[in-house]
Amino acid sequence: MEKIPILRMGSFLLVTIQVDLYDRLALTLETDLINMVHKTGARGVLIDISAVSIVDSFMGRILGNIASMTRVLDAETVVVGMQPAVAITLIELGLSLSGVYTALDVERGMSLLQTKLGPNDELVDDDADDTE
Amino acid sequence: MLTILSKDSMTVTREQDVVPCRNRVKEVAVKIGMGIVNQTKLITAASELARNMLRYANGGQVVIEVVSKGRESGVRLTFADKGPGIADINLAMQDGYSTGKSLGLGLPGTKRLVNEFDLKSIVGQGTTITILKWKNG
Repeated sequence: MEKIPILRMGSFLLVTIQVDLYDRLALTLETDLINMVHKTGARGVLIDISAVSIVDSFMGRILGNIASMTRVLDAETVVVGMQPAVAITLIELGLSLSGVYTALDVERGMSLLQTKLGPNDELVDDDADDTE
Repeated sequence: MLTILSKDSMTVTREQDVVPCRNRVKEVAVKIGMGIVNQTKLITAASELARNMLRYANGGQVVIEVVSKGRESGVRLTFADKGPGIADINLAMQDGYSTGKSLGLGLPGTKRLVNEFDLKSIVGQGTTITILKWKNG
């Protein structure tokens, strides 16, 4: 069965969606991600949708679900790279993705996560960092 | 007067049919030179309606047509199912209303994405939804 790969980068997980998500694939991704957050203790999840040309209400709900589910496991989710046409369509459709952090690209998403997690992130090597 | 330039149809009976359906719609939208924003709106609308058909009627038929009116061309999509029908169309067209476990954005949201939206439904017989998106609409 087809799967979306989840990459681990330090205390973050990175998912790049390159294919059109049909329902089962999206639901599998949701489960895989939550399990992965639990297993790795990741503090943040980045979902790159820059290659996604369509986000309908189903897919929007999956993104919202992932954000809420990771939050209760103490990890924040940031959706990055949304195409402008997708943003226009989502809002007209009535889906504002409230509760989901978004950023323009992976880099900005990453710094957003770092800001959210603050300096007391135990998973990051802080040996040289003795400031209070 | 509306002229039909081409007509194509497919059945949507499984969730795996939704992506091919979107791709077919995209093909015709690209062929008539529809811009990316209108394309995205049309394909998203098609995706919503195809999913609705699956969820409430176990699938149905999709007709994809290229139409023209004067100088303007567009894509017309018809989603016909033989499902339970919609008892209260006004209610179904309200934002936030859903009998299923969805967000209830499907119908009113879809209507906002297209230029023309027509819904006919007979309880016990089925529902037919026709949408039209003009190339420059």
